[in-house]
Amino acid sequence: MIGLLVGVPLLGAAVLLCGGRRLDRTGHWLGTLLAAVSFAIGAALFASMLGEDAESRAMHSKLFSWVPVEGFQADVAFQLDQLSMTFVLLITGVGTLIHLYSVGYMEHDPGRRRFFGYLNLFLAAMLLLVLADNYLLLYVGWEGVGLASYLLIGFWQHKPTAATAAKKAFIVNRVGDAGLAIAIFLMFTTFGTFAFAPVLSSAGDASEGQLTAIGLMLLLAACGKSAQVPLQSWLGDAMEGPTPVSALIHAATMVTAGVYLITRSGAIFNGAPDAQLVVVVVGAVTLLFGAIVGCAKDDIKKALAGSTMSQIGYMILAAGLGPIGYAFAIMHLVTHGFFKAGLFLGAGSVMHGMNDEVDMRRYGGLRKYMPVTFVTFGLGYLAIIGFPGLSGFFSKDQIIEAAFAKGGTEGWILGAVTLLGAAITAYYMTRVMLMTFFGEERWRQAPTPSPAEPDVEPAAETRGEHAEPHPHESPKVMTIPMIVLAFGSVFAGGIFKAGDSFVNWLEPVTAFEHGHSPVSATTVTAATVVSLVIGVGAAWFQYGRKPVPVVAPRGNLLTRAARRDLLQDDFNHVVLVSGGTHLTRSLVYVDHKVVDGAVNGTAATFGGLSGRLRRLQNGFARSYAVSMFGGAAVLIAATLLMRAV
Amino acid sequence: MSFPLLTVTAALPAVGAVATAAVPAAKRTAAKWLALVFSLATLVLAAVVLARFDPDGARYQLTESHAWISDFGVRYELGVDGIGAALMALTALLIPFVIGAGWHDADQVEGEPTHRRWRPTQGFFALILAVEAMVLVSFAATDVFLFYIFFEAMLIPMYFLIGGFGDRAHAAGEEEGAKQRSYAAVKFLLYNLAGGLIMLAAVIGLFVVSSDSLGEGTFSLPELLRARANGDLTMSTSTERLLFLGFFVAFAIKAPLWPLHTWLPNAMGEATAPVAVLITAVVDKVGTFAMLRFCLGLFPNASSWATPVVIGLALVSVLYGALLAVGQRDIKRLVAYASISHFGFIILGVFAMTSQGQSGATLYMVFHGISTAALMLVAGFLISRRGSRLIADYGGVQKVAPVLAGTFLVGGLATLSLPGLAPFVSEFLVLVGTYSRYPVAGIIATAGIILAALYVLVLYQRTMTGPVRKPEIEGMPDLKVRELAVVAPLVALLLFLGVFPKPLSEIVNPAVEHTLSDVQKKDPKPQHPVADHNKWFDYKPAGHGGGDHE
Repeated sequence: MIGLLVGVPLLGAAVLLCGGRRLDRTGHWLGTLLAAVSFAIGAALFASMLGEDAESRAMHSKLFSWVPVEGFQADVAFQLDQLSMTFVLLITGVGTLIHLYSVGYMEHDPGRRRFFGYLNLFLAAMLLLVLADNYLLLYVGWEGVGLASYLLIGFWQHKPTAATAAKKAFIVNRVGDAGLAIAIFLMFTTFGTFAFAPVLSSAGDASEGQLTAIGLMLLLAACGKSAQVPLQSWLGDAMEGPTPVSALIHAATMVTAGVYLITRSGAIFNGAPDAQLVVVVVGAVTLLFGAIVGCAKDDIKKALAGSTMSQIGYMILAAGLGPIGYAFAIMHLVTHGFFKAGLFLGAGSVMHGMNDEVDMRRYGGLRKYMPVTFVTFGLGYLAIIGFPGLSGFFSKDQIIEAAFAKGGTEGWILGAVTLLGAAITAYYMTRVMLMTFFGEERWRQAPTPSPAEPDVEPAAETRGEHAEPHPHESPKVMTIPMIVLAFGSVFAGGIFKAGDSFVNWLEPVTAFEHGHSPVSATTVTAATVVSLVIGVGAAWFQYGRKPVPVVAPRGNLLTRAARRDLLQDDFNHVVLVSGGTHLTRSLVYVDHKVVDGAVNGTAATFGGLSGRLRRLQNGFARSYAVSMFGGAAVLIAATLLMRAV
Repeated sequence: MSFPLLTVTAALPAVGAVATAAVPAAKRTAAKWLALVFSLATLVLAAVVLARFDPDGARYQLTESHAWISDFGVRYELGVDGIGAALMALTALLIPFVIGAGWHDADQVEGEPTHRRWRPTQGFFALILAVEAMVLVSFAATDVFLFYIFFEAMLIPMYFLIGGFGDRAHAAGEEEGAKQRSYAAVKFLLYNLAGGLIMLAAVIGLFVVSSDSLGEGTFSLPELLRARANGDLTMSTSTERLLFLGFFVAFAIKAPLWPLHTWLPNAMGEATAPVAVLITAVVDKVGTFAMLRFCLGLFPNASSWATPVVIGLALVSVLYGALLAVGQRDIKRLVAYASISHFGFIILGVFAMTSQGQSGATLYMVFHGISTAALMLVAGFLISRRGSRLIADYGGVQKVAPVLAGTFLVGGLATLSLPGLAPFVSEFLVLVGTYSRYPVAGIIATAGIILAALYVLVLYQRTMTGPVRKPEIEGMPDLKVRELAVVAPLVALLLFLGVFPKPLSEIVNPAVEHTLSDVQKKDPKPQHPVADHNKWFDYKPAGHGGGDHE
């Protein structure tokens, strides 16, 4: 049954990718259907899980022995507990909605069947990631989602920018993957196994140093997949992929895998306070980093990508807090999955109606033309900024409170950072909202193509045109998923919070401790609301009160740096790309001149090899005889030597 | 006497080679089909070998033994352990694909006068079968001298295959192309010949040592191992080290190990893609196989003595090969340098002297063979369409030939060891096995997986993605039926063995345990082994918190 969860979308991927053109007309519905079947299986398993006692809900199922080697046992085996179940429902639920949305969004794309094949492949890999019962199988899912992400970012392969972004995402992720591999090596040499249950139950036996090393390597992996500093640079570029991909993979599910990994490995981090501290710092830094970048971007998807990075920073931070934070990290992950997917789908809907324009400076006043998009996007907006009563309010508030509860100076710093983050979030999201749906209809004044995006996506009906757009609402197949996600954005948080149901649900897996915050819960909530008001107010002051210029003003130093993703790519380029290029070029030279030359030279000294090389080229038999003769000399000498010793 | 299965398996392609060569000049197509049929029949026999092999049985099975040159104790002795059986199967598996992919590589060029006695097509396929026969004997030989003869003899047909059959359209022009081809062939020959001669000295040295301590010289590996184990065969430390080096250098050239690798990019670059596959996927494997079988078994102390240096050189190979692959402009040379990196991994696994490392290394030999074949053969199909090996001459192929691009990507992903495809299993085992004994080496080697992603994806990006800018690409046809028939089974195998490598690893494991007991090495024990596996399912997180938040 658990295997079917992975198997159904995998089958879909195989059929769609190998099926050929026959499936062009129906393939997208097949893909959507299989995603829905997978969701149905997940829901059925959820129902049966609810029927069990809280402590005995975990299910195990071993399919077969994968790599049996002396002392090394890797199985294809699944573990479905409350944590995995939460992810299964999120992945298949949001996944199905986004499949449905894509039916409309990709309607005119010639590669639609391939697109759905990749989406199904992604679902299978992501489910494998969260269902594996050992780290090696998790690694398969981990790189599997990386592959799906690579294929989907680069889906429009004819665009050089897309191909480059896809490659960059894969390679940056590989750095993280190497971390995961080393973490597995460490587990193997420490515990003799890398299956979850034995490793996690024996984590207490290992020394703190060993746990810290494992924890840091797991964190490296999490940084790659979840776009945390210092491996964050790929996420902004990943927006080259079709928008449904950005919604599913680069907002709701795959990028949160790092949070899953850390939460799943809680027993390891609990025994390694130093590693936890690094986790918290990474989360806090990324939280601000992403938020600042999000403030400066004019590309709606890139602004949302900065926001994703920042929100995952919250989750990573919460996960680094230990048992007081795990459940809240996952809770924010789920609510974020709803509202961020909704926001991306809304952005896609806007682009769909605007000739694939992504520059928000060329939007404005769209609420009249796209009412459904406006309302659903607006609810997602309210949820993400933490408007009281909506999903994001509950989940973020809990994280802020837990940050204060970390205790000591650290607690105050973290609390302040999370509050500051909340204010910036309110600022940049209000900016997106105002620039897109309010104000003047700037698209009427700016019919020229946006310089940032010379190539338009071929998905649009009006592909290649740069005439004045005619904004319109998207078809039902696209708006229905947006409406469903908007419901989640509004209500999920409240439901999870009611009676601490979410925390109680996860507690058997992640454990839970009540944090003791130095400031009262009411004060935290009040502070959160105040930062929210400050952020919204500042954005209104700048973008709502006066008209938004179509051409971006030069901006101060910080703005300019933030537009360039705080110079991350410039740094990478100088240090890694040009350094690496020089290294490989000089090595090519060295290999040709020095290594080849040295070996030939050494040989020449002993047997006259290189001199003969030239002469040998005109005849085989003679030269062969000559080298045989030379070799025979070596042989006799060696034999004599052997006799002597 | 039982049926000499190994002899027949190895002799069949030899008979095929003679038969193919004897086909009249005009009947080129018949010669091709004949070669293909022989290679397929050999594959069937190799499958029988694999099926008859009993993992729980004796160390060497299906043994045959006949006196040959009794004055020097040389015997015709064959026998396979799990490692040999797996590699025989790999060889027999790949040859039909090599033949299928090279179907038109030795066709008559248009306008070339038909000469009654000049039969390049027949020669090409006969040489391939001849190489197969010799490689099969090398994997099955348990007599050191018998192994040596075939180890050396296979150079001759390989020399002609590299020097005689290059790509039709050479970037540097027909004449310059022939020159470079000839240079590559001679370089291949001299490097390997030099290694072989050093080995011959060591082979004779081994005979001398064995006749000194056993009274009667022998080349029989099982006998030597037995004598070594019960202390009858002794040699001084320096003798053992010299003999080890004699064998090792020969195998390291063949493998090839840095810095003895420079012949490989030339040979693989100039040869046609199927011959390049023959070199790197089949012939070179004899080198790493022989390290496992001969170096470790016969000279355990010297092997341990040399291990630090060998591990160091293997690490250099891993990173150096990968970095050079990144810097290549020529598709085939890129694959060659990638192979050097992969051979570094194999040697690392062999000399890590752990079960995981050596099982991984053996599986690596098999899986690298399949993955490189997939990548290189598709690259060959691509090159034959455009008549250029330069990466810069391509771009946007995905748009005109999606199936070609897709299979190329799968081959590339296998090369970068993507989980789910076979090479991942072996690479991970090698890394785990290395890490458990040499953590620093394990971590350095892990950097190789990042570089692999770089060279594979850069290659894919430059050749397959982007807009179609060149008119030669625009009309490029997708894979034809013959080409698809070559690639599809390889892709299927990569997937199958990635998910279910168990049948193969079960055959390999006992052989690895024997080898490890030869060198008297035990796997490092985990520091905090999980004692009671039954408590797995009782795991409750609450009781295991570090308690650092109270």
